[in-house]
Amino acid sequence: MAELAPELLAEPVRTRWRYPVARFVARRVAAGVATLFVVSILLFVGTEVLPGDVATAILGRNSTPQGLAALRRELHLEQPAPTRYWNWLSGFVQGDLGTSATGQATGTKTTVSARISGRVGNTVALALLTIAFLVPLSIGLGVLSATKVGRPLDHGITLTSLAVISLPEFVTGTLLILLFAVWLGLLPGVSIIPIGKSVLSQPRILVLPVMTLLAASLAQTIRMVRASMLEVLRSDYIEWARLAGFRERRVVLRYALRNGLAPTVQVLTLNIQWLVGGIIVTEYVFGYPGLGQALVQAVSVRDVPFVQSVGLLIAIVYISLNIVADLLVVFLVPKLRTAQR
Amino acid sequence: MTTLAARLRFARTGSGRVGLAVAALLVVLVAFGPFFAPHSPSAIAGIPFQRPSGEFLLGTDSLGRDVLSRILWGGRSVIGLSLLATALAYAVGTTIGLVAGYSRTLVDPVLMRGVDVLLAFPPLLFLLVLATGAGHSKVALVLGVAAVNFPSIARIVRAATQTVSVRGYVEAAIARGERTRSVLGREILPNILGTVLADIGLRLTGSIILIASVNFLGLGLQPPAADWALMISENRGGLTLQPWMVAVPALLIASLTIAVNLVADAVARSLGTSTELKRVAR
Repeated sequence: MAELAPELLAEPVRTRWRYPVARFVARRVAAGVATLFVVSILLFVGTEVLPGDVATAILGRNSTPQGLAALRRELHLEQPAPTRYWNWLSGFVQGDLGTSATGQATGTKTTVSARISGRVGNTVALALLTIAFLVPLSIGLGVLSATKVGRPLDHGITLTSLAVISLPEFVTGTLLILLFAVWLGLLPGVSIIPIGKSVLSQPRILVLPVMTLLAASLAQTIRMVRASMLEVLRSDYIEWARLAGFRERRVVLRYALRNGLAPTVQVLTLNIQWLVGGIIVTEYVFGYPGLGQALVQAVSVRDVPFVQSVGLLIAIVYISLNIVADLLVVFLVPKLRTAQR
Repeated sequence: MTTLAARLRFARTGSGRVGLAVAALLVVLVAFGPFFAPHSPSAIAGIPFQRPSGEFLLGTDSLGRDVLSRILWGGRSVIGLSLLATALAYAVGTTIGLVAGYSRTLVDPVLMRGVDVLLAFPPLLFLLVLATGAGHSKVALVLGVAAVNFPSIARIVRAATQTVSVRGYVEAAIARGERTRSVLGREILPNILGTVLADIGLRLTGSIILIASVNFLGLGLQPPAADWALMISENRGGLTLQPWMVAVPALLIASLTIAVNLVADAVARSLGTSTELKRVAR
C-alpha cells in the first residue's frame, strides 16, 4: 500500500496528550526494548556463524568423538538453534546467564554469573570514577576555551584535544605506562589486586586506567562544550546582558552556561555511552580485573555462552544510556516535549 | 563544481599542512620501508630484548627479531586494512543510502530499520562478537569494521539523496526515460558526493583505531604477522627491558591517527562544516 508522506496528511484536530512526557518516555523505552530483542538475535546468530559448533571450538584439537558428544549434550547443542535461543533469552531475563564454556573441557563447571560477579563492581568503579572527572573537567575547560576564543589558551586546548581524540585507548594507555610506570616509576603499570579484594582498596592502580579513558572522552566533550557555548555567547540576549552592564563572569556563568548546558548534557551522556568500547580495551591494557578484560579472554577462547550473555548485558547498558541521553534533552528543552515526532 | 584549488584549500591551514606532511611521510615509510628492512620481519636474528645497537638500530623484540625490520613491514596491515574497510563501508553505505533514499516503497523503511539496529551495537562489542563467531581473521576484521561504519554513511547518503531526487534535473532525467541505475549513478551520486565524502577522514581514523585495537587485543591478525598494534601487545611484557619495541610502534600509530584526523578537521573546516559534533566510532 502506498503511503502518503506524513506532512501531506491533513491533521485538522491534533490530539493533545495529557502527559506528553510520559508518552515520549514510554515510546522511547518500547523502542529500546524492541531494539534489544533484535540485538539479542544478532548476538546469538553472530557468535555461531562459523561452521562447526561451539563444542569443536572449545575442545579444539584434543577432541574425541565421545568428548564432543558429551559436551554437546552438556551445552544442549543437539537442540535446534531457535530452541536454544529461546532457552538462553528466557534464562537471561530471569537472571540465569548460563554456563561458561571455559571450564567445560577440563570438567570444572562455572556459571557466567559466578565468573563476572567480582568483576562488575570493578568495572562500575572505573566507569564512575572516569565520569566523576569527565563531567566537571569538560564543562570547565570547554567554557574556558569558549570565553578565550582565538587566544593562545583556546588554540592550545583545541589542538591538544584534536590530537588526543584520535588516539586509540591502547596507545594512550601504553604511552602512559611507559611514562609513569617505566620511566618515572610513579604508578603501577599493571592493575594487580589480591583475589577477593576490591580495586578501591588500592586506589593507585586506578589512576592510569582513568587517565587513559579520560584522554579520549574528555578531548571530545571539551570540543563539544566549546562549540555549544560559542553559539550561545553569540546570541542576542548575551549581548543585551553585556550592554546592561553585567560583569562578564556573571554573563558567562549565569546566562550563557545555563543555556549552553542542554546540548552539553546530551553530549556528555553520549560520551559516557561511548566509554563502553574504551573500557574493554583499557581493562585489557592494564590487566584490570573487570568485565571487559574477562570478555576479551572469553572471545579469545571462544567461550560462546559467556560472550552472548555479557554481550547482551553490555548492549543493555549501551542502549539504556542512549535512551537516558534522549530523555535528558527532552527534560531540559521543554519545547521538545510536545513536538510531534 | 569546485575547482581543484578550492578543494585543496585545507592544505593552507597550519594544522592541515602538518597533518598532510606527516601522513604522506608515513605512507612513504609504509610503502617503501620493507625494501630497506635489514632483516626478515619474522626471522630470529639475535638474542631477545637487546637494546638498540649498531646491528639492531631499534633493538630486538621478545623473540629476538629485529624491531626496525618489523616496524618497516608492520604498517602495511594498519593502513591497508583500514583503507580497505573504509572503502567497503562507503561502497555498501552509499548503495544502501541511494536505494533507500530514492525508493518510495517499503524498501526504504526496511533498509533503514536494519541500519538502525546496527547503530545500536557498541562498535567494539560488534567486532568481539564477530571474532567469537567467525574466528580471528583479517577477513572477519575488515568486514566487521566495514559493517560498523556503513550504517551512518547510509543515513547521510539517504538524506542527501532525498533532497536531490526532487530537483529538476533528476525529474528531467526520469522524464527522458533514463533507467533507475543511470539516474542514481549519473544524476544523483555526483551531486551528493561532496556531502558524502566530507567526513571520510574521520571515518578512516575510526577504522584505524578499531582495526588496531582488535589486533592489539589479539583477536584479529595472528602472530607471527608484523603489525604495529600486534607488536605492542606481544612485547608489553618486556617493557622495562627494552622500551623501544613498544614505544616506536605506539608513537607511529599515534602519529598516523593524529595526522589523518588533522587533515580531516582541516578539510571539514574548509568545506564549512565542523567535526566538533561528530565522533570517531569506537
